[in-house]
Amino acid sequence: MKGMTIIVKTISSWVKVLIFMFGIYIIIFGHLTPGGGFAGGVILASSYVLLMLAFGREFVEENLSLPVASKLDCVGALLFAAIAMFGLFYGAACFFWNFIQAEYLADKETAFRLISAGTIPLSNLAIGLKVGASLFLIILVLSTFRPDVSVKEKE
Amino acid sequence: MAIFYVLLLFIIIAALIAVETKNLLSAVICIGAIGFGASLMFLFLRAPDIAITQIVVEVLGLVILIRATIARDLTFISGDKEFFATVVSIVIIFVIFLAGIKVFQTLPDFGTSAFTAAAEAPGMPEPASQTYISQGLQRTGAANIVSSVVLDFRAYDTLGEATVLFTSIIGATVILRKKAKKLLEDPDK
Repeated sequence: MKGMTIIVKTISSWVKVLIFMFGIYIIIFGHLTPGGGFAGGVILASSYVLLMLAFGREFVEENLSLPVASKLDCVGALLFAAIAMFGLFYGAACFFWNFIQAEYLADKETAFRLISAGTIPLSNLAIGLKVGASLFLIILVLSTFRPDVSVKEKE
Repeated sequence: MAIFYVLLLFIIIAALIAVETKNLLSAVICIGAIGFGASLMFLFLRAPDIAITQIVVEVLGLVILIRATIARDLTFISGDKEFFATVVSIVIIFVIFLAGIKVFQTLPDFGTSAFTAAAEAPGMPEPASQTYISQGLQRTGAANIVSSVVLDFRAYDTLGEATVLFTSIIGATVILRKKAKKLLEDPDK
């Protein structure tokens, strides 16, 4: 499939930036406003899905290929686990200890600001990266896969 | 409160149509209607976090499902239902219905937040949700209480959820890859 008509291509090439930026906003402001890593990651993935529907699969694979997406997925998962592990080396020494908030930000008035809440924005970033990459991977894999009829006929 | 019952009725009707219709594409559209009804309901119950997640996942899932149904030539389901399967499903639905009535009698009223009901119940210790609400901002510094619960107080659950997603992606990429077809075509190699 080589994509849709020129109207769809033009409009989606304008809209993709807005969708991507909205996803980034939802992720970064996840600890202040409704949203968070999961919803923002799905929005990031949906901007790539829009590109895939409008321009065809080959165009998207040139921008974000399958190995790169799987590496991003793994980086997100490892980042989230690493944030959890870092809690073991500080203060209360327990898994998922919010060490940045407890050690550095506890005395300062940081509430309702962008840089606050310690590890929560970092976890949001990791989860957003992970969810976006993995949902993009699912759709890429599902669209490359075609049930092979010829093999059954040979048997 | 009437809007909830209207939405519930809408969702139930859409679910029935999605199960009973012969056309796959209209079944997919009905599933989309269920999802959007659910997200509207979350919005009216003042849960914008889950409403955003629901509507975004619904859009993405609908795109995948429509693409999957259009890619197949056979979009009409034919064939009669078996008698035994119908009887078994009716019995199971009846048992679940009876259990659901029992469960719903213990729940607080529809639309009332659970922690309010738990706090007003006599003879109960103070629930953990009260601590999350009263000390969430002070302890974690996050203005969004949902975020502070999901990523700080209950971060284990989020780790488990991320692991579930990761495992399912591994399964999908292993089963649906290109190279498996080449192996099938010449089994000698």
